[in-house]
Amino acid sequence: MCGKEWRNALTYIFAKLKRKQEIEMESLTKRNKVMERKPMTFLESIYLWNIMKGMLITLRHFFKKKATISYPEQKRPFSPVWRGLQILNRDEEGRERCTACGLCAVACPSEAITMEAAERKADEEHLYREEKYAAKYEINMLRCIFCGLCEEACPKDAVYLSETFVPSNFERGSFIYTKEDLLIPDPKKEPEEYAKALGNRASQKDKL
Amino acid sequence: MTSILLAIDWGTIAEKLGLIVVIVSASLVIAMYETYAERKVAAFIQDRQGPNRAGPMGLLQPLADGLKLFMKEEIIPNSSNKFLFVLGPCMAMLTAMMTSAVVPWGNKVELFGRTIDLQIADINIGILYIFGVVSMGVYGIMIGGWASNNKFSLLAAIRGASQIISYELAMGLSLIALLMLTGSLSMKTIVEQQMMPGHWWNVVYQPLGFLIFFICAFAECNRTPFDLSEAENELNFGYHQEYSSMKLGFYLFAEYINMFISSAIMATLFFGGYDMPFVDESTLSINIAAIVGMVALLVKIVIFIFVFMWVRWTVPRFRYDQLMSLGWKGLIPLALFNMLLTGAIILWLDK
Repeated sequence: MCGKEWRNALTYIFAKLKRKQEIEMESLTKRNKVMERKPMTFLESIYLWNIMKGMLITLRHFFKKKATISYPEQKRPFSPVWRGLQILNRDEEGRERCTACGLCAVACPSEAITMEAAERKADEEHLYREEKYAAKYEINMLRCIFCGLCEEACPKDAVYLSETFVPSNFERGSFIYTKEDLLIPDPKKEPEEYAKALGNRASQKDKL
Repeated sequence: MTSILLAIDWGTIAEKLGLIVVIVSASLVIAMYETYAERKVAAFIQDRQGPNRAGPMGLLQPLADGLKLFMKEEIIPNSSNKFLFVLGPCMAMLTAMMTSAVVPWGNKVELFGRTIDLQIADINIGILYIFGVVSMGVYGIMIGGWASNNKFSLLAAIRGASQIISYELAMGLSLIALLMLTGSLSMKTIVEQQMMPGHWWNVVYQPLGFLIFFICAFAECNRTPFDLSEAENELNFGYHQEYSSMKLGFYLFAEYINMFISSAIMATLFFGGYDMPFVDESTLSINIAAIVGMVALLVKIVIFIFVFMWVRWTVPRFRYDQLMSLGWKGLIPLALFNMLLTGAIILWLDK
């Protein structure tokens, strides 16, 4: 054989090997399909048959269970790991747990939390659990990214992310939530509201 | 003078006027609820709930929509032709309403000792009249699009006009085959022929003709897949882009009335009109037979309207060249073939 023939034979063999490799190579999902571009058959070219098939599909959807719900009346349950609006918790006797240590504000990556500390007076022992409390506690909900780091940082179990979300509003100012907005209802005076505001998340926190 | 006045049958005029009022208001109400039905059908097909806030199951939604349309600011663009701008929606509405005159809505009722035909005008050129009025419907689109002085509207108007003209041909040709069978242009006669014992509905004799007519009806009503004249994603809103308030409402309403009327015409021509299947109307008393007939016609119309909506939310819009090639290269030759075939079969059976 002369050189040219050898080269041809080698090219042929390489091409064949490469092709074999391509065929044997598995795809990641195994869902790829080889598209065939054939000219339309007569049945396809008159469209009607395919339109009928499409209409059957939409008719099936007509009787299907709806994917949407009537929202304000029906609500979907929140997932146990849902991180919603913050609440400031109280202890069993209804005293505020927050001691204004500022760890949440430090932990907050978007710097949404500010607070001012104050000293508890002698006649305020039924209001605050420890000698120091937060006189002012604000979270800017437009900055907050609901990451839950404040909750993790809190040493007093005072701040929780609950199972609601921040309602929409037209005014920017209303998104700065003060202590009155964040504080949970008193568990002694309003136990039902307290449980509702606490939700499942705070009670499940030890398990998570 | 008095003798001329006496010669006029005032009773007939009164009953016809009453019938006109009833039919016009009925088609307006039906068009209102068609908008509701359309939204519901669309929602159901897309696995949604649809409007359900206004009233029980959202049944008052059309009223809210109508109120909204009335309350909106009425804008006439400065650069538009003011007269034609107002004329456009008027024409659309007028032609949509006028077609209902020759449709037989039922047989006869006996009220106050008078026999009243449930048809505004039983003219012997009924189908021809419908074609005349329907082809006038294109003026609504044309005038509206032209008067808006907007490039998109004008494009839409041109598209709409060429589409309606192209599909009217196939529509007419498909009906000629039907007329060979019936031998009459009067809608009432056509229905009565279909009601005769031993006679089936015309769709049995003319399936191909019905199919062509059906497709052309979609095109005439500017419904998807033939809604090129208001293609939202290409022409913003087409010929009614510059319209607001109730003038826009008239255009939208005219579309729904057209849908209702063309459903009625299809039911009348091909599906026996007010003929209730498997019921012998002659055994019933006249009034009950009329009510049964009207209910039958209404059910047929509702089914057709549902099909209109079903198709709209299934089939995507044709491209312009596809539309034209379907009309001229597909439907017209098919309609001609159907015509020749029907003629040949009639001649063969006669022999």
